[in-house]
Amino acid sequence: MSDSLRISGSIRRRLTIQLVGSAAVLATLLFLIVQTFTRDLAEETHDRILLASATSIMDAISVRAGDVTVDLPYAALSMLSNVSDDRVFYRVMLGAETLTGYDDLPVPEPGSRETGARFDTLVYKGETVRMATTVRWLSRNGVSTPLIISVAQTRTGQTERLAALTRTALLLGAGFFAVAVLLAVWTAQSSIRPLRQLAGMVSRRGPTDLRPVTRPVPAEMAPLVRSLNSFIDRLGLSLSRSEDFIAEAAHRVRTPLATVRTQAENTLHRIERPENRTALREMIRAIDESSRAAGQLLDHAMVSFRTDSLERKPFDLAELTAELVNRLRPVADLKDIDLELEMTGAHAMAGDPILVQNAVRNLLDNAIKYAPEETRITVSVRGDAAAHTLCIRDAAGGFPEDEMGSLTERFVRGRNAEGTVGSGLGLTIAREVAEAHGGRLEIANTKDGTGACVCLHFPSA
Amino acid sequence: MRFLLVEDNLSLAAAILDRLRLDGHVVDHAENISVAEEFVVTADYDLILLDIMLPDGDGRTFLKTQRDHLSETPVIVLTARSEVSDRVGVLDLGADDYLTKPFDFAELEARCRAVLRRRGGRPSNQKRIGALIFDPLSGVLEVAGVDVPLRNKELRLLEIFLAAPDQIFSKARLVDRLFSYDEEVSENAIEVYVARLRKKISGSGVEIQTVRGLGYRMRTQ
Amino acid sequence: MRLSALSLCLTLWAAVACAFEVEEHARFGPAEARVLRILSTTDIDILRPLIDSFLRSRPGVAVDYTAASSAQVMQGIVTENARFDLVLSSAMDLQIKLANDGFTRPHRSAWTPLVPDWGNWRDHVFAFSQETASVVLSRAAFAGEEPPRTRQDLIDLLRRDPERFQGRVGTYDVTVSGLGYLFATQDARTAESYWRLMEVLGGLQVRLYCCSGEMIEAVAEGRIDLAYNVLGSYARARTDLAERILVVEPEEYTNMMMRTAVILGEAAEPDLAGAFVDHLIAAAWSDPPAPDYPFLDPPETARPVGASLRPIALGPGLLVFLDRLKRQRFLEEWRNAVQQQ
Repeated sequence: MSDSLRISGSIRRRLTIQLVGSAAVLATLLFLIVQTFTRDLAEETHDRILLASATSIMDAISVRAGDVTVDLPYAALSMLSNVSDDRVFYRVMLGAETLTGYDDLPVPEPGSRETGARFDTLVYKGETVRMATTVRWLSRNGVSTPLIISVAQTRTGQTERLAALTRTALLLGAGFFAVAVLLAVWTAQSSIRPLRQLAGMVSRRGPTDLRPVTRPVPAEMAPLVRSLNSFIDRLGLSLSRSEDFIAEAAHRVRTPLATVRTQAENTLHRIERPENRTALREMIRAIDESSRAAGQLLDHAMVSFRTDSLERKPFDLAELTAELVNRLRPVADLKDIDLELEMTGAHAMAGDPILVQNAVRNLLDNAIKYAPEETRITVSVRGDAAAHTLCIRDAAGGFPEDEMGSLTERFVRGRNAEGTVGSGLGLTIAREVAEAHGGRLEIANTKDGTGACVCLHFPSA
Repeated sequence: MRFLLVEDNLSLAAAILDRLRLDGHVVDHAENISVAEEFVVTADYDLILLDIMLPDGDGRTFLKTQRDHLSETPVIVLTARSEVSDRVGVLDLGADDYLTKPFDFAELEARCRAVLRRRGGRPSNQKRIGALIFDPLSGVLEVAGVDVPLRNKELRLLEIFLAAPDQIFSKARLVDRLFSYDEEVSENAIEVYVARLRKKISGSGVEIQTVRGLGYRMRTQ
Repeated sequence: MRLSALSLCLTLWAAVACAFEVEEHARFGPAEARVLRILSTTDIDILRPLIDSFLRSRPGVAVDYTAASSAQVMQGIVTENARFDLVLSSAMDLQIKLANDGFTRPHRSAWTPLVPDWGNWRDHVFAFSQETASVVLSRAAFAGEEPPRTRQDLIDLLRRDPERFQGRVGTYDVTVSGLGYLFATQDARTAESYWRLMEVLGGLQVRLYCCSGEMIEAVAEGRIDLAYNVLGSYARARTDLAERILVVEPEEYTNMMMRTAVILGEAAEPDLAGAFVDHLIAAAWSDPPAPDYPFLDPPETARPVGASLRPIALGPGLLVFLDRLKRQRFLEEWRNAVQQQ
């Protein structure tokens, strides 16, 4: 049945992949956001410090006797080294005249009356620099002249720091991703746990356990469990119908047979004419044969039904055999047959006791039926660690050697049984029961050739 | 002995009643559980033959009620179901034995005897003729104060004769009673058992006469 | 003067474009060899052992060593494109300016991590010594007297007895000496007392010197009684004068100058230059320093109790005092303080 099951993907894998995929997207987003944010923050910080530097220079401007001069504060440049060990350039211009600093630092031309700060990124002395420029307008000889102060710094340190921040962001993203992957695996695992539990619960059930699943399940699984329960219900119904059918069939067949047989027997007691008596006897025998056949067919149906889904429970083979022998003793007594029971103690095994009982009863029935009057039938139960062996030995002359192999086939009866009522299913039932329990049926004649020895071997529990 | 037969199939019941009465037993018949329950209250039975499928319920329900009321009357269940079915489980419910329909009356008798013997039975059923005392329950024969062991067929033969002393039984009838129908037995086989029984009861003042051409009968000397 | 220097250079070393005043010149190693050209403010003799040990393991390498004043070094490199591989200088500000203005190239090796962070600027400027700006006293002049421990002590002492010290004190001429200017600007930046001290010195008709060596000898020979802002390392190195001079590190703070090395961007032998820088780093920063390392200063034993040694920070802050206007203004102020006539 499991061979025909087609596996298409795995919920857990799909869930894991989807969660991991989302985690990857989120981690990338996180990385990009953190990186952009830190870059902006770093640039903004850099700009602020450059501007602070330019402003501190501006504050050091003094006009002495119409002469504009600047006393460059130590902090103006040293504060820049707090950010990074980068190259620093500055230029102080009054109109077109460079008061101090780097003469060739390209300072933007201020628009008229433009004040405040501006920032530029440009290439100077072979390196990219960030430059802050601040402007103040002075009136010189009645002419408004811009005082321009620019402070520039290379960005090597910033680039390095950004690289470090990028690495951190990358680590953050990777860490987030790793944690998310773990969580994804855990989530996938735990979300299919109810499914596994249900599967485990159903597969652990015995073959006849047809109770509906009542334990609480997540809402998503409710339709599945509902269908499962309805399926179990229908299966149970169908199984009980099968059993009911067999029981009903037995009832329907056997009751009229019983009536006819009893009436025939009663009539036999009342009539004297030998021809009529012979006819009645024939009739009774026919009834017996058909009822026995019906019985064995029904038995066989029930045996097949039960072996299909063998339910094992522990029982004592010795106790079961003893009880059966005692039940059949009155029947054996009718033929003055000695039923002898040989056993040493308990023989615990696991299986379906009803099936085993049926198998043994069929064998014993056969033995009693075919054994001559006043003989002995020995039933023995022996066992070791590996197997239990139940043997029935009779003195009915044994089986013909050439038939031994086919005796356990359905409806095959030994030649020696001719003239005795029986359908021949008894050995078949016994063999099927033995095989269903992992054992076998063994048929042999006794060494002295006076009878047969039929053995059931069952593996130990 | 007094039997109660609980069986809903009237023709089968009639046949069984006929047969049991033929053997000299007193039998009441109940068609369903409620009637059966009335019967067990008013009369005291030696044995109840109980069908399982009844119109107003399951025979097992009746069985259980009986056992719950601490009734000790032995019950033999007559079932038409497959013996495999675990549903029967009648022995667990307190039945003493069960028989699958259709059944051989010889087997029914044998089982009844086994059940009654197991239960201890009542001593009043002892039969006495001359110096011969026979307890059909235990199957013990006493001749002039000495216990004589009997084999099953001898015992049943003795029972047949004791049930109707002086009545002549044909060989054919005796074969019917002693042997099962699936055995091909010649009427002469009966002579062997009659000879054995004669030997066992000799000295009791009771003999089995051969009535030439008709059969055998038991009479006191 | 520049013209004459130029002509001198042209006549002496026609191949070398050098148009600045050279104090010393020497060549080490074989004639046919790769030449490492070093321009330095350090006297040849001081570095000779290190150069020797450098060449010992490198056959086929020669060192061409030129010593000049720090100002001349700057001028040679920036203005006149003198072709050197390596510049060793005590003028930290000028070295920083060289690096800042793009005349140097970075250097990274297995040895560079030995240099502490404050001794390495951008992998361009590497410190290889720490030397104090000390006060050198004449033992004879201060016999039986407690030597001044702080600048304030010194000011008080000089003010108390102006006749005694008239014309008998000395310091750097900061208009001439790059190192003197560096010490002076750092002093001025650090403490108010500097200007008071300069005014006191000016009142005593302070003698001005170009170099530490001259001040040490002047003290030792009794021409003056004390000199301010003298390289402690030079003073202590003159063990022959130890009987006559006393080296004092002011307790409130003592500036520490670092000698630094930069590899020039246009170096013809950058690998050799790097190897020499590594050699210097290994000698200076190994623990303990190499036996031929000449700048063992300040030795643990020479440190006065409680002296707080302040290394001058390598960084763009040093550029401030190189600012044209700033320098102009500082020198003007200094002159006003020192030259009171």
